[in-house]
Amino acid sequence: MTTNYEVREHDVLIIGAGGAGLRAAIEALAQGASVGVVCKSLLGKAHTVMAEGGIAAAMANVDPADNWKVHFRDTMRGGKMLNNWRMAQLHALEAPDRVRELEQWGALFDRTENGAILQRAFGGHTFKRLCHVGDRTGLELIRTLQDRGVQQGVDCYMECTVTRLLVENDRFAGAFAYWRENGRFIVFKAKAVVIATGGIGKAWTVTSNSWEYTGDGMALAYEAGAELMDMEFVQFHPTGMVWPPGVQGILVTEAVRGEGGILRNKLGERFMEKYDPKRMELSTRDVVSRSIYTEVREGRGTEHGGAYLDISHKPAEYVKKKLPSMYHQFKELADVDITKEPMEVGPTCHYMMGGIRVEAETGQSSMPGIFAAGEAAAGLHGANRLGGNSLSDLLVFGRRAGMAAAAHAKQTAYAPLDNAQMQEAERELLAPFSNTGESPYAVHRDLQTVMQSLVGIYRNAEDLERALGELRMLKARAAAASVEGSRMFNPGWHLTGELKSMLIIAEAVTKSALARTESRGAHSRIDYTNLDTPWGQKHNIIVKEGGQMVRREMSIPPMPDDLKEVLAQE
Amino acid sequence: MAETVLRVFRGDAGGGATVDYKVPVAPGMVVLDALHYIQGHLAPDLAVRWNCKAGKCGSCSAEVNGRPRLTCKTRMDELPKDEPITVMPMKSFPKIKDLVTDVSWNYRVNKKIPPFQPRRDTDFKISQLDVDRVQEFRKCIECFLCQNVCHVLRDHDKKEQFAGPRFFVRVAGLEMHPLDGANRTRLLKDELGLGLCNITKCCTEVCPEEIHITDNAIIPLKERVVDEFYDPLTMLFRKMRGSNEKRN
Repeated sequence: MTTNYEVREHDVLIIGAGGAGLRAAIEALAQGASVGVVCKSLLGKAHTVMAEGGIAAAMANVDPADNWKVHFRDTMRGGKMLNNWRMAQLHALEAPDRVRELEQWGALFDRTENGAILQRAFGGHTFKRLCHVGDRTGLELIRTLQDRGVQQGVDCYMECTVTRLLVENDRFAGAFAYWRENGRFIVFKAKAVVIATGGIGKAWTVTSNSWEYTGDGMALAYEAGAELMDMEFVQFHPTGMVWPPGVQGILVTEAVRGEGGILRNKLGERFMEKYDPKRMELSTRDVVSRSIYTEVREGRGTEHGGAYLDISHKPAEYVKKKLPSMYHQFKELADVDITKEPMEVGPTCHYMMGGIRVEAETGQSSMPGIFAAGEAAAGLHGANRLGGNSLSDLLVFGRRAGMAAAAHAKQTAYAPLDNAQMQEAERELLAPFSNTGESPYAVHRDLQTVMQSLVGIYRNAEDLERALGELRMLKARAAAASVEGSRMFNPGWHLTGELKSMLIIAEAVTKSALARTESRGAHSRIDYTNLDTPWGQKHNIIVKEGGQMVRREMSIPPMPDDLKEVLAQE
Repeated sequence: MAETVLRVFRGDAGGGATVDYKVPVAPGMVVLDALHYIQGHLAPDLAVRWNCKAGKCGSCSAEVNGRPRLTCKTRMDELPKDEPITVMPMKSFPKIKDLVTDVSWNYRVNKKIPPFQPRRDTDFKISQLDVDRVQEFRKCIECFLCQNVCHVLRDHDKKEQFAGPRFFVRVAGLEMHPLDGANRTRLLKDELGLGLCNITKCCTEVCPEEIHITDNAIIPLKERVVDEFYDPLTMLFRKMRGSNEKRN
């Protein structure tokens, strides 16, 4: 039966070709595994390319007092102690080596006066820590990894979408996918898989995320039986564009504030003095987002419902040099010259702290053979991610997941592929062509409205319960959605699969948010405004059991004394 | 709300025609927004590539009113209001469907280029001045608009002999990297077809990243090829030494 499909075999299959996926591929190749990378877009277009501000690594090039312990402490405090402490430790320890490695592969960062990698200030980081290339650090990172991977011999399946993981007796066996170009099916037989599919922002209306961010990898892992964790923690970046309407949500890098940008309300008040007088604009993202939101809600917002972000007090040439893409973005899309006038900014759905629950050292999920890294994995960032910790996350844990997946593949034989699962995957993919329901775009718009209005920055039980009801109805509408045209490069059809992923993730987020009766990091409850000690010691876990989405709680393992000591220091 | 007509190519490798769609125009709207409106309300199977919608990924290239552009950075209010806006796929690449073309040739060319090779014993100390020059080339977002507009590819279809401006920019980024120790001049001359470029600067004109492709990448590379292969003194010197070391 499998002969009906194009079949490819790899020791290690990697889903996603952003920073985490490519770094995993490079490492798995280095371990001698045969590696296939599957990605929804063309190579080099993944969401990593949009990362702007920099890579956090305690290299101490600018502030000699910096070291891994301070980075670890900043990360844990920023994450409101919900982080997997071992991941936070590994991340802080290994990030500098991962940056140096990029440089050895040809990346060119901005320099200090003595020729070392320059580092800039960012929210929540005690020291100047972000290695950067102007405000296009992500492009530098992805291009470097892309070229390295291609030269090392990775097989890349571009514009190919995985819709199901194939599992045999609780063992990973492969993946079912289709080519976007012609709609033909393809089956990957593999011994291990690394899920590196990024986040979920496209379930919200106002987001900095690209169309690819539909939570596919998390949904694939969930459907295969793996556990998701911390799904209530969705980061709203404080500064997205708010005007004109077409650009709403597009990211305005935190580097604007890192380089000295000031936030003001319509009265000209520097309002961060009220909310975090010590760190001001460089407070953590959860705090700055809530502050802007509050200013707007209380009537002190700008004309288009945001805050002013001003960098025009810096010399024009400096702004153009350090923030070139921001300069162009505002000039071309909003008719604003940021060297002369302030930007209008407001919160935008940006990043998922939650995701697939993984082991710190290996990135292995609760299912053998299924690994995850980067934004698709949970743990490192706890309740709130610090800017700059994402690119370092991709490198540190992409490498670790690639290494572990290759090691797993060495000790494992291919599991048999189950025909019934593949036929079911095919049936599910083709159903929209014979359905008679509405356009998937209409369902998507309504899903975004529900998440934006009911599961946003501030939450309460009533909204969240209403959202769960709305999601149930949306699920039925999505299952009946119909598509026009053929299987050739058909975005409407592609969206039907992504809707399924987004609805799973939306439900997981809402369920977890409803259960966590406290406010912590990016999760803010109007009806439970304080930190709660018992909730500070546990994670929400989401898992599929008997066809149902089940929520459980898991205690955070106790932190070893040496790390406790590091945390206690000032 | 004001309306405008988008005249969009619908079809595939076998042929096709433009179709008119009426689209409401909001302030600050870009052509990609209009294409998304069409997908969302009028033609859900309209094939369009896009990712970031912020000018950073280089996916949404097309020809708008005959000019190669990123549709995410092309404002509707910059275009004539009283006539339809024509959106066609990039001409130099084979059509897949609607606005999506087959750009896989570019990825094959890229594989031919030897990667960065750090010189032995370097301590990776580099001055910002040296970095600036190369960072211009590394700004490239691979939108392939330069490839699309280059007449060697567009009119003469010399894809087998000629790598195109995008890859001269890439090679320039490697060759001028202050710590690179490899030599790619023979590759430029023999395999990437640098000599076929007659510096009409069409590529520079369409580059959304404003890279000075012709002046800063192609011409200096041409000079390197000339110095290495056609300079009589160097040729004599090489004959005597038998050396093929990289020049600085």
